[in-house]
Amino acid sequence: MSIFEYNGSAVVAMVGKNCFAIASDRRLGVQLQTIATDFQRISKIHDHLFIGLSGLATDVQTLYQRLVFRHKLYQLREERDMKPETFASLVSAILYEKRFGPYLCQPVIAGLGDDNKPFICTMDSIGAKELAKDFVVSGTASESLYGACEAMFKPDMEAEELFETISQALLSSVDRDCLSGWGGHVYVVTPNEIKEKILKGRMD
Amino acid sequence: MSQSAVDVPPKGGFSFDLCKRNDMLTQKGLKAPSFLKTGTTIVGLIFKDGVILGADTRATEGPIVADKNCEKIHYMAPNIYCCGAGTAADTEAVTDMVSSQLRLHRYQTSRDSRVITALTLLKKHLFSYQGHVSAALVLGGVDITGPHLHTIYPHGSTDTLPFATMGSGSLAAMSVFEAKYKEGLTRDEGIKLVAEAICSGIFNDLGSGSNVDICVITKGNKEYLRNYMEPNPRTYVSSKGYSFTKKTEVLLTKITPLLERVEITEVGEAMEE
Repeated sequence: MSIFEYNGSAVVAMVGKNCFAIASDRRLGVQLQTIATDFQRISKIHDHLFIGLSGLATDVQTLYQRLVFRHKLYQLREERDMKPETFASLVSAILYEKRFGPYLCQPVIAGLGDDNKPFICTMDSIGAKELAKDFVVSGTASESLYGACEAMFKPDMEAEELFETISQALLSSVDRDCLSGWGGHVYVVTPNEIKEKILKGRMD
Repeated sequence: MSQSAVDVPPKGGFSFDLCKRNDMLTQKGLKAPSFLKTGTTIVGLIFKDGVILGADTRATEGPIVADKNCEKIHYMAPNIYCCGAGTAADTEAVTDMVSSQLRLHRYQTSRDSRVITALTLLKKHLFSYQGHVSAALVLGGVDITGPHLHTIYPHGSTDTLPFATMGSGSLAAMSVFEAKYKEGLTRDEGIKLVAEAICSGIFNDLGSGSNVDICVITKGNKEYLRNYMEPNPRTYVSSKGYSFTKKTEVLLTKITPLLERVEITEVGEAMEE
């Protein structure tokens, strides 16, 4: 069994018109046993920047705490929030530093940059950045997510349609993966508001 | 501040503190993760006025295509570019690191960077990690001594060649070069040959695919032709899009309104003399 299949996870982010959406499943398991159905995989760094981490749950939490620490230091020094591109480089550097004994997680970063232009990117566990203009996926359900997003994605969707698309892609993909699921957690971020929604999915 | 609160290693470089834990997990039967690789076909050739580099744009994670349009031709200096194959994080990190070292060197010496400087910096780094930093590179550029093309292997050995290919599609591309390369090619002939070599990698090697990127470097000038050729467009794109029969059921909605982002520029008072 691979190390990523120990806890199970699914994270996806999509780009819309001046908005982005990031979604994850809610299961935390120990191999085939489920121990929590409300695990938080997506965390807010600042109002316009979110990071979703898939993989080993202990590294997810440790890495999140390290990144919040570095971002708070940045805020104190620069007196402003970090841009998403800068944050992606920071995460990449922190992961590559542990090249020969890596953190066992794969981040998905989504944010609104200058002029409210949405930015998404994902990385493998040693920090190889992969920028995309449409969608990025990560987790045990990633193969199904690639297929679902490839079929359902359309460019320049508004927030409502983007929410529907990302939710349908997430729920249909985790239904085909034993290790992720138990509902979904979606954040849709526009320049004026953050909408957080909990989805009802199959509880098996 | 105690040692544990600072999480940056004192002199930069790699930190090995999670190795013991990861080894323990591997011994318990949990396989280590696979890294993003750039399966790749990368090529370079020297033509009459300089160097042409070419690369495909597919990044793979095992058998899955993770990125359909990634950039494999990395900037090193205004007159030097480097194509990378192997583990994606290693090629990006090593080319970024040497690129910054070259810039500092340019500031110190007030001269344009030479290709052999980049070559020596890269091979020293890769050799010192004994091949564990898995980056196979094709380095090309034009400096004061003329056009140069080199290949660098993950263990640190280098070759200097008039035409070179690396990556999983290197055999497919090399067959095109061996058949059609000649000295003194013009710019258009050179670009056509590089595109043909990359296409043969794209169509015959499963680790390479999508589009062709080309970079032409001549004395005092460079042209980065991103997505020069796109021989694999998306077929059968549905114009209607996807219509969902059932809307997703939402259990809970929380809306956080955000204040408008305002840029505050304080006009300070002039300092008193």
